[in-house]
Amino acid sequence: MGQLDDYRLMARIRRFEERLTALKDAGEIPGSIHLCNGQEAVPVGACRALRDGDHVTATYRGHGWAIARGVDLTGLFAEMMGRDSALCGGRAASPYLSDPGRWFVGENSIVGAGVPIATGAALTAQRTGSGAVSVVTIGDGAMNQGNVHEALNLAAVLDLPLVLVVENNVYSEMSRISDMVRVRQLAERAAGYGLPGRVVDGNDPDAVAEAVTEAVDRAREGSGPSIVEAMTERLVGHYSGDAQHYRPTGEIAAAREREPLARIRRAADADLTARLDAIDAEVSAEIETAVTAARAVPYPDPATAEEHVYV
Amino acid sequence: MSESLRYIQAVNAALTWALDSRTDTIYFGEDVALPGGPFGATKGLHKRFGSERIFDTPISETGFLGMALGAAMTGLRPIAEIMYADFSFVAMDQIVNQIATVHYSSAGRWKAPLVIRMQQGYSPGACAQHSHSPEAYFAHTPGLRVALPATPDDAYQMLRTAVVSDDPVVVAEARMLYPTRGPVRTDAPVEPVGGARVVRPGADVTVVAWSRMVSAALDAAGTLAEEGVDVEVVDLRWLNPLDFDTVAASIARTGRLVVAHEANLTGGFGAEIAARAAAECFADLRAPIARVATPDVPMPAAPALQAVVVPEAATVAEAVRRTVRA
Repeated sequence: MGQLDDYRLMARIRRFEERLTALKDAGEIPGSIHLCNGQEAVPVGACRALRDGDHVTATYRGHGWAIARGVDLTGLFAEMMGRDSALCGGRAASPYLSDPGRWFVGENSIVGAGVPIATGAALTAQRTGSGAVSVVTIGDGAMNQGNVHEALNLAAVLDLPLVLVVENNVYSEMSRISDMVRVRQLAERAAGYGLPGRVVDGNDPDAVAEAVTEAVDRAREGSGPSIVEAMTERLVGHYSGDAQHYRPTGEIAAAREREPLARIRRAADADLTARLDAIDAEVSAEIETAVTAARAVPYPDPATAEEHVYV
Repeated sequence: MSESLRYIQAVNAALTWALDSRTDTIYFGEDVALPGGPFGATKGLHKRFGSERIFDTPISETGFLGMALGAAMTGLRPIAEIMYADFSFVAMDQIVNQIATVHYSSAGRWKAPLVIRMQQGYSPGACAQHSHSPEAYFAHTPGLRVALPATPDDAYQMLRTAVVSDDPVVVAEARMLYPTRGPVRTDAPVEPVGGARVVRPGADVTVVAWSRMVSAALDAAGTLAEEGVDVEVVDLRWLNPLDFDTVAASIARTGRLVVAHEANLTGGFGAEIAARAAAECFADLRAPIARVATPDVPMPAAPALQAVVVPEAATVAEAVRRTVRA
């Protein structure tokens, strides 16, 4: 994977979120959506460390992880449109979708709840000797949930192949994380579980990939869990209707200077810029194709509303 | 082949069967492996099956129930033990938002074949936080199967059924029944999920009960027989799937219904049975439906107070007498 591949994948995520916003504004997406604009380098870098069979568990801000893990774009759009998608048949939508075919354990609408579940995927890997690892991503705010604490200690004492990636985007939903904890970095808490913890530049896919690869290697060789805190920034609100009046003037503009796509573009010469422009055009076309295909997916048959409650 | 076992021994036998016959099963919870469980349910299992198959967890119900879910989704068949049913409230997010919903919300693509084993109900001196009968919370939650075995044989059969079920199952045993002894069919084939059972036929009134209240209802039936009242007792066994057909057929025979459970009255599962009976058996009913339950108080610890709130055979008998007179 080179820089252009990273750029393409990050651009795909960005364009997906932007197109989703437009679809939301056009009334094609029911329900609320939580976007990851600005945070694309975290899933893209982290998924570089993974192979087939490794499980990923994400949060409601998890579209980027699904895309980085190779979940089908048409399926994602269709699911979020409330259509009978091949992913979850319209039963999950934006904040709770999953895809067993891509080992995507799924998003979760309950903050922190994916960490115990990911710990279970790690338990299966350990007990069956599959060699797989379980990567789980949460936001900074989730570090204050009891479920995360319980699961981290549990994974630690069982030496499970679990990697926790904390995406620190400064805001715990709509409150500054610095007002919600008394540590400077959330990775400092790793010591409390007897685990290694690292802080990395979450806007640099190479930095994320390097740290997550180290953690994944450690997990795969049976040495237990690790925590990677990726420092990043949200270019958008907590959810689709968030006016963000709690953010200081200029903060988002400054973040736009630091976000991963702008960073690559700023350092690019004319030749690279042309190649990036070409990638952008290809990605936009790909996204439009997916939207068109998603619009052709029928809505779920109302007669099936009570199907799949039980096996 | 039938063995005479205590209820808790039947649980142990079912878990032994599970770990022995299914290599995808794994058992965990607090103090279950080396200590063998506070009531001996897992006695000897660690010695026989080792830490690979049964292990102790930190005191982290949310953590290990979520772990059970993730393990079930990815290929194992975990049995997680909640030491007291009261502790399940700590982990309600994992039970209600996660375990119960993942199959439906993925349109059936993920499965969660796991068992949450717990024991519930009052015992002398146990405070409000060790005496809950929370079955209605679980029965209220779509996606969960709910089993409440009332006899040693059912403790064995229903737990085995739960283990092979591809749906998540809450198995809530009754701590007060652990010392009771009865025949256990250890060579019976594994039963399908569900099914109520008429455990005493009678002509005058139907008492629907589950868990500890089944034996209370049978005791009451014995007393009432001497008074000339012929009581039919239905052991509901599973709240989900609910076998209401057996209940309705019994009401069709007797024309009267008393529902008895140890859980608090309001919103208890007895209310569901009463509502279904009123809706579906209205023409058969000759008297108002009666409910027997713990009144709406947190369980007191002092036996002198427990004695006036916990329903027993005499409480059931009195409700039956009122119903028959009505």
